[in-house]
Amino acid sequence: MEAFLFYLIAGVTGLCAIATVVTQNIVRSATWLLFTLAGVSAIFFLLGADVVGATQLMVYVGGTLVLVVFGVMLTAQGPFITMKTSSAEWAVSATVGLILLAVLAMGIFTLGPTRLSRPDVPSPSAADKDNHPRLAQIREGLAKKALAEEKLISETKQTANLNSQPGSAPASAVIGEALLGVPAGPPHIEGVGATARPVRATYLLPFEIVSVHLLVVLIGAAYLARAKRRRGASS
Amino acid sequence: MACPLLAASTLSTWVIVVAFIAAALLIGLMLVSAIFSVWLERKVAGRIQDRLGPTRVGGKFGWLQTLADGVKLLAKEDFIPAVADQMLFRVGPYIALVGSFMGFLALPFGVGVVAMEMNIAVFFMLAAMSSEVFGIILIGYGSGSKWSLFGGMREAAQMVSYEIPMALCVIVPVIVAGTMNLHTIALQQTGGIWNWYIFHDPFTFAAFWTYFTCAMASCKRAPFDLAEAESELVAGFHTEYSGFRWLVIFMAEYGSMVAVSGIANVMFLGGWSLGIPVELAESLKFDFLSFTAFGRDLNLGLILGNVINVVVFIFKCWFLVFIMMWVRWTLPRLRIDQVMMTCLKYLVPIACVLLVGVSLWQLLLPAAVATILSWVIFGLSMAGLAWFAWTLKTFASAKPGDAMAGMWRMTDVPGYQGAKQPT
Amino acid sequence: MTVGIHEYLCLGALLFVCGVVCMASKRNAIGVLIGVELVLNGANVNLVAFARYNPIFEVEGWIFALMVIVLAAGEAAVALAIVLNFYNNHMTVDVDTAEELKG
Repeated sequence: MEAFLFYLIAGVTGLCAIATVVTQNIVRSATWLLFTLAGVSAIFFLLGADVVGATQLMVYVGGTLVLVVFGVMLTAQGPFITMKTSSAEWAVSATVGLILLAVLAMGIFTLGPTRLSRPDVPSPSAADKDNHPRLAQIREGLAKKALAEEKLISETKQTANLNSQPGSAPASAVIGEALLGVPAGPPHIEGVGATARPVRATYLLPFEIVSVHLLVVLIGAAYLARAKRRRGASS
Repeated sequence: MACPLLAASTLSTWVIVVAFIAAALLIGLMLVSAIFSVWLERKVAGRIQDRLGPTRVGGKFGWLQTLADGVKLLAKEDFIPAVADQMLFRVGPYIALVGSFMGFLALPFGVGVVAMEMNIAVFFMLAAMSSEVFGIILIGYGSGSKWSLFGGMREAAQMVSYEIPMALCVIVPVIVAGTMNLHTIALQQTGGIWNWYIFHDPFTFAAFWTYFTCAMASCKRAPFDLAEAESELVAGFHTEYSGFRWLVIFMAEYGSMVAVSGIANVMFLGGWSLGIPVELAESLKFDFLSFTAFGRDLNLGLILGNVINVVVFIFKCWFLVFIMMWVRWTLPRLRIDQVMMTCLKYLVPIACVLLVGVSLWQLLLPAAVATILSWVIFGLSMAGLAWFAWTLKTFASAKPGDAMAGMWRMTDVPGYQGAKQPT
Repeated sequence: MTVGIHEYLCLGALLFVCGVVCMASKRNAIGVLIGVELVLNGANVNLVAFARYNPIFEVEGWIFALMVIVLAAGEAAVALAIVLNFYNNHMTVDVDTAEELKG
């Protein structure tokens, strides 16, 4: 069921993203972007990140995208402007894009599950060892380190009685507390060897930096976009 | 109908069936609400303007007027202007409708009667309904008409601005409740009208009125309906629409009216609570009414109580919609700069003060004082309501032929010489 | 049939590539902005997928995604202000006309 939903939503999202690129009319492009963003928000809901999904809907769809279309309306000379991209440019950008996509996909599938997802840490197989001895060595080391980390984490969890099991605490509350400086989430290992100790992150500083950043953006945008007389305008 | 859709463990055929039933019920509710609201709007408008409103179609009160309107709209030519952007013109109304419908997903109608129980239900509702504005902008832009474009731009500016105080006002009862789960918030307010969050403290009381003002503006209802100001913009963003798509636009508008009323209802007015100190679904759950069907333990009393709850909830929402209509047909429309000023210079600061105030109230005030003060607020509001009802009653009891009570009479002015007679 | 993290990462990569191509090929300044939004969304998909599939990142992923969304909103505001300014000076939003600093 989850797989079906994923492939459905991901397919629609991907097609809409491609349509965003291909469309020449800028407002249609923004409409396709709307569908893409809504699809991404659905993906977030599917991943259980409902706070992120709702924020995506509210900030992107209700805010940023409206801003973008507003900008189009303010800067359009005639109705439904299109700026043609020449076919040579198209060919170049499409080729570069496809190459980039191929590289990324190769990277994703060769990376292996060791560092991507913790639950299924595989032991390095014999075939891997034969093919890439150095890679297998690294993987082995990583798997060992991961196992050690996991052990340390589970010990810490038991002693600290952490509330980090998914579903055991409302995640929105955890995120809110994390942004207010309460340590959240599973501990990370800091240091190596004998000095390794679990550290839990707090997010008060990023939160404050983002707030100050938003204030700066507010002032900066208001300053940049303030009403000025156009050059050459007679009145 | 309670189905935690996204809990991966329960995803099965049964859940899919229930999800479809829930969606069908919600769409049905939206349709019925729209049909009823349009009829009510015409009736209320008529009465406020000293007319009768619809009287012919379907009996004495014109019950079937909306259906007749719907048939007329379906039969109308679906016209797309030649200069319109075909795709945007077609897709805009549906985006608006989807945005308004998604809000209903998280709305609890009774104990456990919620399509998708979420931890962040109220945030989700606001977020989903904020995507409605994009549909409106597309409608305005895609129509290829000056009036539509102006309407769309006004709408964009207005809705994006009014979202801020609206969300801030919603946070006020969230701070009191300690959760964003609408179902939990409604359950916390059962057991007597004095438990409703509007009477919790002065800040929630003020937050309700501020929220309701913002909600009216975000549904582009008068006095904030600048996006469709007939006197300046013909019909605003939907000037070029006719037929079925116009119907869809209005479905979206009335749907979002009901949805914001639903939020107000759950956050401030006790949700499905009747205001009596018993919870119907729980207290009707007698043992002898239990039975088993579809492999589940059900209880006739529980179902009956929940049906009453749902009916109460829907009627409360419709009452709030009625108040929106009342305001619409009573107050004159603001100017666009006044609309923006109301939001940015007054409502945003007010909402910020309320937010800080309720936080301090929750943190600093001793529980005993808070209880006493909440009772004082409750008593004062009830007295105010009684006074208001009494005033209405004396207005209505003016004898035929009399001047209406409160009317300003020329003859009372000292030095009045009588009306000039035409010579 | 189950979905692993690779599928999510592929979706993120697709969005990223679409965004890059969009940035490279559009001549309208607002089109370039749309490309940036796509790129940021691709990154967000990756972050949230990591948060789901790697318990070590279950809070980090979400908070990073939230930060990205907020910063994207700020970025869009500033970029649009610049575009409006550009439009005021050049009467067009074609990025190819911004060549006054060319040597």
